[in-house]
Amino acid sequence: MVVTIPTLAADAASLPPEGAQLEARGGPSLPTLAQAWDALGSVPDPEVPAISIVELGIVRDVSVVDGRFRVVVTPTYSGCPATGMIADMIRERLADIGVSDAELVTTLSPPWTTDWMSPEGKRKLTEYGIAPPRHVVNVAGISRMRKAVVPCPRCGSSATSLLSQFGSTACKAQYRCDDCREPFDYFKPH
Amino acid sequence: MSPHLELLVRLGDNDVVLAQRLGEWVGHGPVLEEDIALANVGLDLLGQGRMWLTYAGELEGEGRTEDDLAFLRDQHEYRNVQLVELPNGDFADTMARQLYFDHAHLLTLQGLARSADARIAEIAAKARKEVAYHVERSNDWVIRLGDGTEESHQRMQLAIDRLWPYTGEMFSADAVDIELAEGGTAPDPRALREPWLAAVGAVIAEATLAMPTGEWMQGARRGGGKQGVHTEHLGHLLAEMQFLQRAYPGASW
Repeated sequence: MVVTIPTLAADAASLPPEGAQLEARGGPSLPTLAQAWDALGSVPDPEVPAISIVELGIVRDVSVVDGRFRVVVTPTYSGCPATGMIADMIRERLADIGVSDAELVTTLSPPWTTDWMSPEGKRKLTEYGIAPPRHVVNVAGISRMRKAVVPCPRCGSSATSLLSQFGSTACKAQYRCDDCREPFDYFKPH
Repeated sequence: MSPHLELLVRLGDNDVVLAQRLGEWVGHGPVLEEDIALANVGLDLLGQGRMWLTYAGELEGEGRTEDDLAFLRDQHEYRNVQLVELPNGDFADTMARQLYFDHAHLLTLQGLARSADARIAEIAAKARKEVAYHVERSNDWVIRLGDGTEESHQRMQLAIDRLWPYTGEMFSADAVDIELAEGGTAPDPRALREPWLAAVGAVIAEATLAMPTGEWMQGARRGGGKQGVHTEHLGHLLAEMQFLQRAYPGASW
Protein backbone atom coordinates (compact mmCIF):
# COMPACT_ATOMS: atom_id res chain seq x y z
CA MET A 1 0.00 0.00 0.00
CA VAL A 2 1.21 3.46 -0.80
CA VAL A 3 -0.43 6.40 0.90
CA THR A 4 0.66 9.98 0.56
CA ILE A 5 0.80 11.71 3.93
CA PRO A 6 -1.34 14.82 3.71
CA THR A 7 0.77 17.86 4.26
CA LEU A 8 -0.04 20.15 7.14
CA ALA A 9 2.09 22.87 5.67
CA ALA A 10 0.95 22.93 2.06
CA ASP A 11 1.05 26.69 1.91
CA ALA A 12 4.35 27.00 3.69
CA ALA A 13 5.82 24.31 1.45
CA SER A 14 5.22 26.39 -1.62
CA LEU A 15 7.36 29.19 -0.25
CA PRO A 16 11.13 29.07 -0.72
CA PRO A 17 13.09 28.54 2.50
CA GLU A 18 14.52 31.62 4.07
CA GLY A 19 17.69 32.71 2.34
CA ALA A 20 17.22 30.38 -0.63
CA GLN A 21 17.42 31.69 -4.15
CA LEU A 22 14.11 31.65 -5.92
CA GLU A 23 15.44 29.80 -8.94
CA ALA A 24 16.91 27.06 -6.76
CA ARG A 25 13.74 24.99 -6.60
CA GLY A 26 13.85 22.33 -9.29
CA GLY A 27 16.79 24.13 -10.80
CA PRO A 28 20.40 23.05 -11.19
CA SER A 29 21.16 23.54 -7.48
CA LEU A 30 18.79 20.78 -6.34
CA PRO A 31 20.70 18.79 -3.71
CA THR A 32 22.03 15.37 -4.55
CA LEU A 33 20.54 12.18 -3.16
CA ALA A 34 23.59 11.81 -0.90
CA GLN A 35 22.97 15.29 0.49
CA ALA A 36 19.32 14.42 1.10
CA TRP A 37 20.33 11.20 2.94
CA ASP A 38 22.80 13.25 5.01
CA ALA A 39 20.07 15.73 5.88
CA LEU A 40 17.68 12.96 6.94
CA GLY A 41 20.52 11.45 8.95
CA SER A 42 20.36 14.50 11.18
CA VAL A 43 16.65 14.06 11.98
CA PRO A 44 16.47 12.50 15.45
CA ASP A 45 13.83 9.99 16.46
CA PRO A 46 11.59 12.21 18.62
CA GLU A 47 11.24 9.53 21.31
CA VAL A 48 14.80 8.19 21.20
CA PRO A 49 16.77 11.31 20.21
CA ALA A 50 20.13 9.51 20.50
CA ILE A 51 19.64 7.98 17.06
CA SER A 52 18.46 9.34 13.74
CA ILE A 53 15.51 8.10 11.72
CA VAL A 54 18.00 6.73 9.17
CA GLU A 55 19.86 4.74 11.83
CA LEU A 56 16.50 3.51 13.10
CA GLY A 57 15.84 2.09 9.63
CA ILE A 58 12.52 3.77 8.95
CA VAL A 59 13.67 5.78 5.92
CA ARG A 60 13.33 3.14 3.23
CA ASP A 61 14.12 5.09 0.07
CA VAL A 62 15.01 8.51 -1.24
CA SER A 63 14.67 9.20 -4.94
CA VAL A 64 13.91 11.91 -7.44
CA VAL A 65 10.82 11.30 -9.53
CA ASP A 66 10.15 13.79 -12.35
CA GLY A 67 12.39 16.37 -10.71
CA ARG A 68 10.70 15.99 -7.29
CA PHE A 69 12.18 14.43 -4.19
CA ARG A 70 10.34 11.38 -2.92
CA VAL A 71 10.98 9.96 0.54
CA VAL A 72 9.57 6.57 1.53
CA VAL A 73 9.16 5.96 5.27
CA THR A 74 7.71 3.05 7.22
CA PRO A 75 6.25 3.25 10.71
CA THR A 76 7.90 1.35 13.58
CA TYR A 77 4.80 0.32 15.52
CA SER A 78 1.25 0.77 14.18
CA GLY A 79 0.33 3.02 17.07
CA CYS A 80 3.58 4.98 17.32
CA PRO A 81 2.47 8.51 18.22
CA ALA A 82 5.66 10.00 16.77
CA THR A 83 4.79 9.10 13.16
CA GLY A 84 3.15 12.44 12.33
CA MET A 85 5.88 14.41 14.03
CA ILE A 86 8.57 12.52 12.09
CA ALA A 87 6.86 13.43 8.82
CA ASP A 88 6.85 17.11 9.78
CA MET A 89 10.52 16.97 10.81
CA ILE A 90 11.48 15.35 7.49
CA ARG A 91 9.76 18.15 5.59
CA GLU A 92 11.45 20.82 7.68
CA ARG A 93 14.90 19.31 7.31
CA LEU A 94 14.54 18.90 3.55
CA ALA A 95 13.33 22.49 3.28
CA ASP A 96 16.57 23.51 5.01
CA ILE A 97 18.55 22.13 2.07
CA GLY A 98 16.28 23.70 -0.50
CA VAL A 99 13.75 20.89 -1.11
CA SER A 100 10.39 22.42 -0.39
CA ASP A 101 8.03 20.13 -2.27
CA ALA A 102 9.18 16.63 -1.28
CA GLU A 103 6.64 13.88 -1.59
CA LEU A 104 6.35 11.76 1.55
CA VAL A 105 5.14 8.23 1.08
CA THR A 106 4.29 5.78 3.86
CA THR A 107 4.71 2.09 3.17
CA LEU A 108 3.73 -0.84 5.42
CA SER A 109 5.37 -3.61 3.47
CA PRO A 110 7.75 -5.14 4.25
CA PRO A 111 7.03 -4.34 7.89
CA TRP A 112 9.74 -2.53 9.84
CA THR A 113 12.16 -4.68 11.79
CA THR A 114 14.92 -3.81 14.24
CA ASP A 115 17.22 -5.79 11.91
CA TRP A 116 17.25 -2.58 9.86
CA MET A 117 18.79 -0.63 12.69
CA SER A 118 22.38 0.24 11.76
CA PRO A 119 25.34 -0.97 13.86
CA GLU A 120 26.16 2.69 14.46
CA GLY A 121 22.60 3.23 15.71
CA LYS A 122 22.96 0.31 18.11
CA ARG A 123 26.25 1.67 19.41
CA LYS A 124 24.69 5.10 20.02
CA LEU A 125 21.74 3.52 21.84
CA THR A 126 24.10 1.74 24.24
CA GLU A 127 25.99 4.96 24.83
CA TYR A 128 22.70 6.69 25.58
CA GLY A 129 21.82 4.05 28.19
CA ILE A 130 19.37 1.97 26.16
CA ALA A 131 20.24 -1.68 25.52
CA PRO A 132 20.01 -2.32 21.75
CA PRO A 133 17.81 -5.12 20.32
CA ARG A 134 19.39 -8.56 20.70
CA HIS A 135 17.30 -11.35 19.28
CA VAL A 136 14.17 -11.84 17.23
CA VAL A 137 10.95 -12.72 19.04
CA ASN A 138 9.80 -16.27 18.61
CA VAL A 139 6.37 -15.76 17.07
CA ALA A 140 4.94 -19.15 17.97
CA GLY A 141 6.27 -20.13 21.36
CA ILE A 142 5.46 -19.41 24.95
CA SER A 143 7.49 -16.49 26.28
CA ARG A 144 11.21 -16.98 26.47
CA MET A 145 11.95 -13.30 26.79
CA ARG A 146 12.81 -13.45 30.48
CA LYS A 147 15.49 -15.96 29.65
CA ALA A 148 17.13 -13.76 27.02
CA VAL A 149 20.42 -12.21 28.10
CA VAL A 150 20.30 -8.43 27.81
CA PRO A 151 23.57 -6.89 28.99
CA CYS A 152 23.38 -3.75 31.10
CA PRO A 153 24.22 -0.71 28.90
CA ARG A 154 25.92 0.98 31.88
CA CYS A 155 28.18 -1.62 33.48
CA GLY A 156 28.04 -4.40 30.87
CA SER A 157 26.91 -7.07 33.33
CA SER A 158 24.87 -9.93 31.95
CA ALA A 159 23.04 -10.36 35.25
CA THR A 160 19.89 -8.41 34.42
CA SER A 161 16.16 -9.02 34.97
CA LEU A 162 13.06 -8.10 33.02
CA LEU A 163 10.82 -5.74 34.97
CA SER A 164 8.10 -5.18 32.38
CA GLN A 165 7.57 -6.00 28.70
CA PHE A 166 6.97 -2.32 28.00
CA GLY A 167 9.09 0.66 28.98
CA SER A 168 8.81 4.38 28.38
CA THR A 169 7.60 3.84 24.81
CA ALA A 170 5.93 1.03 22.85
CA CYS A 171 9.29 0.03 21.32
CA LYS A 172 11.05 -0.61 24.64
CA ALA A 173 10.95 -3.01 27.59
CA GLN A 174 12.14 -2.31 31.13
CA TYR A 175 15.06 -4.14 32.70
CA ARG A 176 17.12 -3.84 35.86
CA CYS A 177 20.78 -4.61 36.28
CA ASP A 178 21.27 -7.02 39.18
CA ASP A 179 24.89 -5.89 39.62
CA CYS A 180 24.88 -2.08 39.39
CA ARG A 181 21.15 -1.99 40.33
CA GLU A 182 20.34 0.59 37.64
CA PRO A 183 17.04 0.21 35.80
CA PHE A 184 17.33 0.63 32.03
CA ASP A 185 15.30 0.54 28.84
CA TYR A 186 15.76 -2.28 26.34
CA PHE A 187 14.91 -1.59 22.71
CA LYS A 188 12.78 -4.65 21.92
CA PRO A 189 13.73 -6.83 18.98
CA HIS A 190 10.88 -6.59 16.48
CA MET B 1 -22.43 -3.62 3.97
CA SER B 2 -20.50 -5.92 1.67
CA PRO B 3 -18.78 -8.88 3.35
CA HIS B 4 -15.45 -7.23 2.59
CA LEU B 5 -16.47 -4.05 4.41
CA GLU B 6 -17.97 -6.09 7.28
CA LEU B 7 -14.62 -7.79 7.76
CA LEU B 8 -12.70 -4.53 7.99
CA VAL B 9 -15.16 -3.05 10.46
CA ARG B 10 -15.10 -6.21 12.61
CA LEU B 11 -11.31 -6.15 12.71
CA GLY B 12 -11.16 -2.44 13.41
CA ASP B 13 -13.85 -2.52 16.08
CA ASN B 14 -12.17 -5.35 18.01
CA ASP B 15 -9.01 -3.25 18.14
CA VAL B 16 -10.63 0.07 19.02
CA VAL B 17 -12.91 -1.31 21.73
CA LEU B 18 -10.20 -3.36 23.42
CA ALA B 19 -7.79 -0.40 23.21
CA GLN B 20 -10.39 1.72 25.00
CA ARG B 21 -10.79 -0.91 27.72
CA LEU B 22 -7.03 -1.20 28.21
CA GLY B 23 -6.72 2.56 28.39
CA GLU B 24 -9.08 2.51 31.38
CA TRP B 25 -6.27 0.89 33.35
CA VAL B 26 -4.13 4.00 33.13
CA GLY B 27 -3.73 5.29 36.66
CA HIS B 28 -5.27 2.11 38.09
CA GLY B 29 -2.67 -0.58 37.29
CA PRO B 30 -1.41 -2.75 40.13
CA VAL B 31 2.05 -1.23 39.60
CA LEU B 32 3.26 1.62 37.40
CA GLU B 33 4.98 -0.77 34.96
CA GLU B 34 1.69 -2.55 34.30
CA ASP B 35 -0.12 0.71 33.86
CA ILE B 36 2.34 1.55 31.10
CA ALA B 37 2.34 -1.91 29.59
CA LEU B 38 -1.46 -2.18 29.34
CA ALA B 39 -1.62 1.26 27.75
CA ASN B 40 1.08 0.28 25.25
CA VAL B 41 -0.77 -2.87 24.22
CA GLY B 42 -3.81 -0.64 23.76
CA LEU B 43 -1.74 1.76 21.68
CA ASP B 44 -0.68 -1.03 19.32
CA LEU B 45 -4.31 -2.05 18.93
CA LEU B 46 -5.40 1.52 18.34
CA GLY B 47 -2.83 1.89 15.56
CA GLN B 48 -4.03 -1.32 13.96
CA GLY B 49 -7.66 -0.30 14.35
CA ARG B 50 -6.95 2.97 12.58
CA MET B 51 -5.51 1.12 9.57
CA TRP B 52 -8.54 -1.19 9.32
CA LEU B 53 -11.11 1.58 9.73
CA THR B 54 -9.31 3.92 7.31
CA TYR B 55 -9.44 1.17 4.72
CA ALA B 56 -13.10 0.49 5.58
CA GLY B 57 -13.95 4.16 5.01
CA GLU B 58 -12.18 4.15 1.64
CA LEU B 59 -13.86 0.93 0.56
CA GLU B 60 -17.26 2.23 1.59
CA GLY B 61 -16.68 5.27 -0.64
CA GLU B 62 -18.96 7.64 1.25
CA GLY B 63 -16.18 9.83 2.57
CA ARG B 64 -16.21 8.50 6.12
CA THR B 65 -12.86 8.66 7.90
CA GLU B 66 -11.49 6.44 10.65
CA ASP B 67 -12.69 9.05 13.14
CA ASP B 68 -16.21 9.15 11.71
CA LEU B 69 -16.41 5.38 12.02
CA ALA B 70 -15.00 5.25 15.53
CA PHE B 71 -16.81 8.20 17.07
CA LEU B 72 -20.09 8.50 15.20
CA ARG B 73 -21.49 4.97 15.13
CA ASP B 74 -23.90 3.65 17.74
CA GLN B 75 -23.46 0.36 19.49
CA HIS B 76 -25.68 -1.69 17.15
CA GLU B 77 -23.36 -0.61 14.32
CA TYR B 78 -20.28 -1.87 16.14
CA ARG B 79 -19.06 -5.29 15.02
CA ASN B 80 -16.55 -6.29 17.70
CA VAL B 81 -16.87 -9.62 19.51
CA GLN B 82 -18.47 -9.34 22.94
CA LEU B 83 -15.32 -10.57 24.70
CA VAL B 84 -13.44 -7.31 24.10
CA GLU B 85 -16.18 -5.04 25.42
CA LEU B 86 -16.46 -6.77 28.80
CA PRO B 87 -15.44 -4.65 31.79
CA ASN B 88 -11.84 -4.94 32.94
CA GLY B 89 -12.68 -6.64 36.24
CA ASP B 90 -9.58 -7.34 38.29
CA PHE B 91 -6.10 -7.81 36.82
CA ALA B 92 -6.73 -11.55 36.38
CA ASP B 93 -9.92 -10.86 34.39
CA THR B 94 -8.05 -8.44 32.15
CA MET B 95 -5.22 -10.91 31.55
CA ALA B 96 -7.64 -13.79 30.90
CA ARG B 97 -9.47 -11.68 28.33
CA GLN B 98 -6.11 -10.76 26.83
CA LEU B 99 -4.94 -14.39 26.70
CA TYR B 100 -8.09 -15.52 24.91
CA PHE B 101 -8.19 -12.60 22.51
CA ASP B 102 -4.46 -12.35 21.73
CA HIS B 103 -4.18 -15.98 20.63
CA ALA B 104 -7.26 -15.73 18.42
CA HIS B 105 -6.03 -12.38 17.12
CA LEU B 106 -2.63 -13.81 16.17
CA LEU B 107 -4.16 -16.80 14.36
CA THR B 108 -6.54 -14.49 12.50
CA LEU B 109 -3.74 -12.14 11.44
CA GLN B 110 -1.57 -15.04 10.31
CA GLY B 111 -4.44 -16.10 8.04
CA LEU B 112 -5.09 -12.55 6.88
CA ALA B 113 -1.41 -12.09 6.00
CA ARG B 114 -2.14 -14.52 3.15
CA SER B 115 -5.31 -12.69 2.10
CA ALA B 116 -6.20 -12.34 -1.57
CA ASP B 117 -6.61 -8.63 -0.79
CA ALA B 118 -3.05 -7.27 -0.85
CA ARG B 119 -3.82 -4.32 1.42
CA ILE B 120 -5.38 -6.58 4.06
CA ALA B 121 -2.32 -8.84 3.81
CA GLU B 122 0.03 -5.89 4.37
CA ILE B 123 -1.78 -4.55 7.40
CA ALA B 124 -2.01 -8.06 8.88
CA ALA B 125 1.70 -8.74 8.30
CA LYS B 126 2.54 -5.58 10.20
CA ALA B 127 0.03 -6.14 13.02
CA ARG B 128 0.92 -9.76 13.67
CA LYS B 129 4.45 -8.83 14.77
CA GLU B 130 2.99 -6.62 17.46
CA VAL B 131 0.37 -9.16 18.46
CA ALA B 132 2.99 -11.91 18.76
CA TYR B 133 4.48 -9.82 21.53
CA HIS B 134 1.07 -9.37 23.17
CA VAL B 135 0.71 -13.15 23.16
CA GLU B 136 4.05 -13.54 24.94
CA ARG B 137 3.10 -11.02 27.55
CA SER B 138 -0.33 -12.53 28.23
CA ASN B 139 1.14 -16.04 28.43
CA ASP B 140 3.69 -14.77 30.90
CA TRP B 141 1.14 -13.19 33.20
CA VAL B 142 -1.33 -16.06 33.17
CA ILE B 143 1.48 -18.50 34.00
CA ARG B 144 2.85 -16.22 36.69
CA LEU B 145 -0.51 -15.69 38.38
CA GLY B 146 -1.80 -19.24 37.87
CA ASP B 147 1.43 -20.78 39.14
CA GLY B 148 1.76 -18.14 41.85
CA THR B 149 0.23 -17.85 45.29
CA GLU B 150 -2.93 -19.62 46.40
CA GLU B 151 -4.83 -16.35 46.04
CA SER B 152 -3.50 -15.48 42.56
CA HIS B 153 -4.10 -19.07 41.38
CA GLN B 154 -7.69 -18.99 42.55
CA ARG B 155 -8.43 -15.62 40.98
CA MET B 156 -6.78 -16.56 37.69
CA GLN B 157 -8.88 -19.73 37.57
CA LEU B 158 -12.06 -17.76 38.28
CA ALA B 159 -11.20 -15.32 35.51
CA ILE B 160 -10.56 -17.91 32.81
CA ASP B 161 -13.76 -19.72 33.80
CA ARG B 162 -15.83 -16.54 33.84
CA LEU B 163 -14.74 -15.38 30.39
CA TRP B 164 -14.75 -18.81 28.77
CA PRO B 165 -18.30 -18.62 27.32
CA TYR B 166 -17.34 -15.49 25.36
CA THR B 167 -14.59 -17.29 23.48
CA GLY B 168 -17.08 -19.26 21.37
CA GLU B 169 -18.02 -16.27 19.27
CA MET B 170 -14.48 -15.87 17.94
CA PHE B 171 -14.72 -19.25 16.22
CA SER B 172 -18.27 -19.15 14.91
CA ALA B 173 -18.88 -18.33 11.26
CA ASP B 174 -21.82 -16.50 9.70
CA ALA B 175 -22.58 -15.97 6.00
CA VAL B 176 -20.06 -13.12 5.87
CA ASP B 177 -17.24 -15.27 7.27
CA ILE B 178 -18.04 -18.15 4.94
CA GLU B 179 -18.11 -15.99 1.84
CA LEU B 180 -14.81 -14.33 2.76
CA ALA B 181 -13.16 -17.66 3.51
CA GLU B 182 -14.31 -19.12 0.20
CA GLY B 183 -12.95 -16.11 -1.66
CA GLY B 184 -9.56 -16.35 0.08
CA THR B 185 -9.97 -12.96 1.73
CA ALA B 186 -9.94 -14.18 5.35
CA PRO B 187 -9.43 -17.44 7.22
CA ASP B 188 -12.51 -19.43 8.26
CA PRO B 189 -12.89 -18.71 12.01
CA ARG B 190 -14.05 -22.29 12.63
CA ALA B 191 -10.67 -23.58 11.44
CA LEU B 192 -8.87 -21.48 14.05
CA ARG B 193 -10.50 -23.11 17.06
CA GLU B 194 -8.29 -26.21 17.19
CA PRO B 195 -4.95 -24.38 17.01
CA TRP B 196 -6.32 -21.84 19.49
CA LEU B 197 -7.34 -24.56 21.94
CA ALA B 198 -3.89 -26.13 21.65
CA ALA B 199 -2.04 -22.83 22.23
CA VAL B 200 -4.26 -21.56 25.05
CA GLY B 201 -4.43 -25.04 26.58
CA ALA B 202 -0.63 -25.24 26.77
CA VAL B 203 -0.46 -21.95 28.67
CA ILE B 204 -3.30 -22.89 31.02
CA ALA B 205 -1.59 -26.22 31.74
CA GLU B 206 1.78 -24.53 32.40
CA ALA B 207 -0.06 -22.13 34.71
CA THR B 208 -1.29 -25.19 36.69
CA LEU B 209 -4.87 -24.13 35.96
CA ALA B 210 -7.79 -26.29 34.82
CA MET B 211 -8.94 -25.81 31.22
CA PRO B 212 -12.59 -24.73 31.12
CA THR B 213 -14.86 -27.26 29.43
CA GLY B 214 -18.25 -25.52 29.36
CA GLU B 215 -20.24 -25.86 26.14
CA TRP B 216 -22.57 -22.90 26.73
CA MET B 217 -22.17 -20.21 24.03
CA GLN B 218 -19.73 -22.41 22.12
CA GLY B 219 -20.40 -23.64 18.59
CA ALA B 220 -22.96 -22.20 16.13
CA ARG B 221 -24.66 -18.99 17.25
CA ARG B 222 -27.60 -16.94 16.16
CA GLY B 223 -26.20 -13.53 16.92
CA GLY B 224 -23.40 -11.83 18.77
CA GLY B 225 -21.14 -8.83 18.58
CA LYS B 226 -20.13 -9.55 14.99
CA GLN B 227 -23.80 -9.09 14.03
CA GLY B 228 -24.18 -5.96 16.15
CA VAL B 229 -25.73 -7.68 19.19
CA HIS B 230 -23.81 -6.54 22.26
CA THR B 231 -23.77 -6.84 26.01
CA GLU B 232 -25.05 -3.96 28.11
CA HIS B 233 -21.44 -2.84 28.60
CA LEU B 234 -20.64 -1.53 25.11
CA GLY B 235 -23.05 1.40 25.24
CA HIS B 236 -21.41 2.74 28.38
CA LEU B 237 -17.95 2.33 26.86
CA LEU B 238 -18.96 4.23 23.71
CA ALA B 239 -20.67 6.96 25.72
CA GLU B 240 -17.35 7.76 27.31
CA MET B 241 -15.21 7.21 24.22
CA GLN B 242 -17.45 9.24 21.91
CA PHE B 243 -18.45 12.01 24.29
CA LEU B 244 -16.16 14.70 22.93
CA GLN B 245 -17.06 14.23 19.27
CA ARG B 246 -20.75 13.97 20.08
CA ALA B 247 -20.74 17.09 22.25
CA TYR B 248 -18.38 19.13 20.07
CA PRO B 249 -18.74 17.76 16.51
CA GLY B 250 -15.56 18.05 14.48
CA ALA B 251 -13.43 19.17 17.43
CA SER B 252 -9.71 18.59 16.83
CA TRP B 253 -6.39 19.75 18.18
